[in-house]
Amino acid sequence: MQTKKLGVNSIKIGLEAHCQLTTLKTKLFCSCSTNYRGKEPNTLVCPVCLGIPGSLPVLNLRAVESAIMVALALNCKISRRTFFFRKNYYYPDMSKNFQISQYDRAGGIPLSTAGNVYIRVDHKRKKINIRRVHIEEDPARLVYAGTIDTSPYTLIDYNRSGIALLEIVTEPDLSSPREARIFLQKLRSILEHLGVSDGGLEGAMRCDANISIVGGPRVEVKNISSFKEVERALNFEIVRQKDLVSKGVSVERETRHWDETRRVTISLRTKEEEHDYRYFPELDLIPINITKSWLTQLQLKMPELPDARRIRLIKQYGLPSYDAEVLTSDKSLADFFESCVKLGKPPKTVSNWLMTDVLRCLHDLNLELTEAKFTPEQLVEMISLIEDGVISGKIAKAILLDMIKTGKSPRLIVKERGLVKISSREELESFIKQVCEENPKAAEDALKDEKAIHFLIGKLMQKTRGRADPELADKLIKTHLALMKSRI
Amino acid sequence: MASQLYFLTAKECVHEIMTGEVTAIDCISSVFERIRKVEDQVHAFITLTEEVALRKAQEVDNKISRGDKVGKLAGVPIAIKDNICTVGIKTTCSSRMLCNFVPPYDATVIQRIKEEDAIIIGKTNMDEFAMGTSTELSYFGPTHNPWELSRVAGGSSGGSAAAVSVGETILGLGADTGGSIRCPASFCSVVGLKPTYGLVSRYGLIAYANSLEQIGPLTRDVYDCALLLSVIAHYDPKDSTSVNVPQKDYTRFLVKDIRGIKVGVPKEFFGVGTDPSVARCLWNGIAKLEALGVNYEEISLPNLAYSLPAYYLIAMSEASSNLARYDGVRYGFRVDRDDLDWSEAFSESRRIGFGMEVKRRIILGTYALSAGYYDRYYLKALKVRTLIRRDFEKAFRKFDVLIGPTMPLPPFKIGEKINDPLAMYMCDIDTVPINLAGCCGISIPCGFVNGLPIGMQIIGKPFDEGKILQVAYTFEQNTPFKDTRPSL
Amino acid sequence: MRHIAWLARVNLSEEEEELFTRQFNEILDYFKKIDEMDTEKVPPTFHVIDLKNVLREDEVGPSLSIEKALLNAPRKKGRFFKAPKML
Repeated sequence: MQTKKLGVNSIKIGLEAHCQLTTLKTKLFCSCSTNYRGKEPNTLVCPVCLGIPGSLPVLNLRAVESAIMVALALNCKISRRTFFFRKNYYYPDMSKNFQISQYDRAGGIPLSTAGNVYIRVDHKRKKINIRRVHIEEDPARLVYAGTIDTSPYTLIDYNRSGIALLEIVTEPDLSSPREARIFLQKLRSILEHLGVSDGGLEGAMRCDANISIVGGPRVEVKNISSFKEVERALNFEIVRQKDLVSKGVSVERETRHWDETRRVTISLRTKEEEHDYRYFPELDLIPINITKSWLTQLQLKMPELPDARRIRLIKQYGLPSYDAEVLTSDKSLADFFESCVKLGKPPKTVSNWLMTDVLRCLHDLNLELTEAKFTPEQLVEMISLIEDGVISGKIAKAILLDMIKTGKSPRLIVKERGLVKISSREELESFIKQVCEENPKAAEDALKDEKAIHFLIGKLMQKTRGRADPELADKLIKTHLALMKSRI
Repeated sequence: MASQLYFLTAKECVHEIMTGEVTAIDCISSVFERIRKVEDQVHAFITLTEEVALRKAQEVDNKISRGDKVGKLAGVPIAIKDNICTVGIKTTCSSRMLCNFVPPYDATVIQRIKEEDAIIIGKTNMDEFAMGTSTELSYFGPTHNPWELSRVAGGSSGGSAAAVSVGETILGLGADTGGSIRCPASFCSVVGLKPTYGLVSRYGLIAYANSLEQIGPLTRDVYDCALLLSVIAHYDPKDSTSVNVPQKDYTRFLVKDIRGIKVGVPKEFFGVGTDPSVARCLWNGIAKLEALGVNYEEISLPNLAYSLPAYYLIAMSEASSNLARYDGVRYGFRVDRDDLDWSEAFSESRRIGFGMEVKRRIILGTYALSAGYYDRYYLKALKVRTLIRRDFEKAFRKFDVLIGPTMPLPPFKIGEKINDPLAMYMCDIDTVPINLAGCCGISIPCGFVNGLPIGMQIIGKPFDEGKILQVAYTFEQNTPFKDTRPSL
Repeated sequence: MRHIAWLARVNLSEEEEELFTRQFNEILDYFKKIDEMDTEKVPPTFHVIDLKNVLREDEVGPSLSIEKALLNAPRKKGRFFKAPKML
């Protein structure tokens, strides 16, 4: 779905990103393992995360430290003292029918406020303001028989209940679904560089979006299960809203649920005023004092962040700014790049392969780089094969998909599929002769018009299954033709 | 002698078991015989666990005959208020909502008493979800005062207090949010102590008002109280509000000497609404204390007049959130209606599962936290709480303990106040300030008025349980009340 | 009253609604007594204990067995808890 270009100021998008701190071993308030993906339902639960009467929460130290580091990375103002509030609402995924979260009113003090992130949109730098970063617990996972509005019951798996989440709220500074995606990508890269979250894990990064167009009311879109879905969901919403407006129907201020399967938003309920959450302090937990020395300690532990890494890649490897930007937008990609360069390959070569063909293959296979069995060693080997003249660049592009899909080494694939480059003059000349004999008309044309050579080269490539050394082939064909000409 | 084992104190019981005069089986059997005799009239218990208790008693006897080490409460029967989680034993909070709830874990205090080889004989009746002052508001019917069966036993730990008083158990555990241990102690002429907030773990206590409540002992004499307190007062990392003070043996504070102790007598405890016979009884008690060497002075804690509204606003607000989890999904009562959706089923289950008082408090609490009222009611009450705390802090700079009546009236008739919630709330006027301030308080028998028990409340500053036990012990040892028994 | 009961997710019968409305007015009138107090410069007390930074190490502990987890569930389907339909 394409969005017609509205004026830059006419779409306002604010995001509420929920990011699991996936590198924590235990949940936010209990010692249940966080390793729930692929496990049987309700096997990683305890009285605390199940909300069994009498249970009490105890806060995970590493969760707080991870959260502070994220807030630092987002240039936020960190509160000297912070504590938790209860957000009271009833939903089957809430094991206590309140969520232990944080609040910035009624005496509440969230972990951090007033930060910012810079994103690159169309070669221009844009500042996105962060309203708040705070800590809260993840609700459980709901499973329906069919869709939410047709299922005769609701099934609940509490394995996810109580996992530590960071809620990162932006100001409505985003002006298009694409910008929203770019922002989320940057956010994910930051979190991965910090080592607090692996954004590729299913359900690790979700968000809600608030969108209004042309100064209309704010519509909240919930249940966007991955950052990839954001662009789709928001594009749909824009079309839906514009459609209503064009028919003269006013857009309602409400909460809508994004249905990933049907790719539509469904109306759920009118957006509850914040007060209906009856926020009040979580008195089973104790406030946290964030001292200057603790902050300094954490600041020293901070790893290299994407922006700093981008600058370093430019300086250290002489990469163009664009390349550095693309590579650092994904930590695993940047890591991959540096590993390849450390194994001795030229930075620009590696970068080109990664940015174009590798990313395209991953996209086609719908895989994350970390999910693919593809290693830096394999890319390096492939580049070596090209450098050594064993295969052409074109063949390399062809086997790359196979490499990423199967994890086989390039040498093996080349061997199995018999793709070694033909560089021997004799072999090539024999093939060229065959091609000219099989295509006399084309050969005749080529004698008169140089451009027609391409047809013959195409046929040659077909015959040799792409193995012909393109440069040599070109030279030899021309030589052969010249010979033919001279014989006439 | 054997038939009166149920009237032993814990100290005597342990001694006789250790010296082989009696066996644990003897004690437990004696107690169950007594239960069979009087329980129909008193109705102190909801669940009795005779078989398990006898088995445990046998284990204790075996340990002793083997010469193995046994705990400080070896073989002593103990009754547990039914809002404290006991693994494998129904824990109902005297509510239809939890009438079949079997906790999958033990409360920390239960683990502690089991470690000391105490023997749980059953779960005792209470006001539903601890909301009440009489133990009439129970789904399972009221508990009758053993001193006069037509009267209330006090609440909300009425079952435990009555059981201790009449010999259905030797030790009892209760929980106190606004007087729920001290009130029934006063009405049943037993000893009841509400520890300083944070001294005893709340892990496993089914929450009503989590910033106010503590589990505490109900016993026939002060020594047993100190003994049981020593066992349960222990830092618990599973409770974030548990204070890490060094463990104490509270029996060491039991010296029969209180000369020079400075006693403050707040006149607010003798205000309008205090029954004159209660006042007279208390002043006799204070005169006795003076004769024993204390120096007392009448004082004023002016903000105490506002403690009742502040208490109820805070307690009800917290309750509305603490009880939100009862939706019939993970546990609890659920209506058998497939036609209802989530919200409807939820609301209907709670209409049927909760009693009137619980519903009243949940709704009032929801109101106090809701949009527009939070500042006026909840937050204001928290500020009043500060003023009350300061009153106590000021008083304790000058005095060692504060003394007054536990209840403003003698035990009233069953049904007398049940239709007038406000009249019932007013009975807590002398006990709630202590919960608001976080101090410790003990109620000990102070006399009788027309055969009805009157209790004296001794209040200490936070973590000064030793002092109040010392005063209580000396008073007890110099008065005849601890040996008085109900005629049942 | 009805709105608050809905916020609290507690259905009330008609009699209860009537009774509660009456009682609430009485009770709230009594609670309003605290309006008399001057609390302008008074901070609210959230905790009566003076603790700070109560935190736990990130070490995995035991979880409940599935039988114990589902022990009290009124309705279940396989290993899931079963709740009513959403809409």
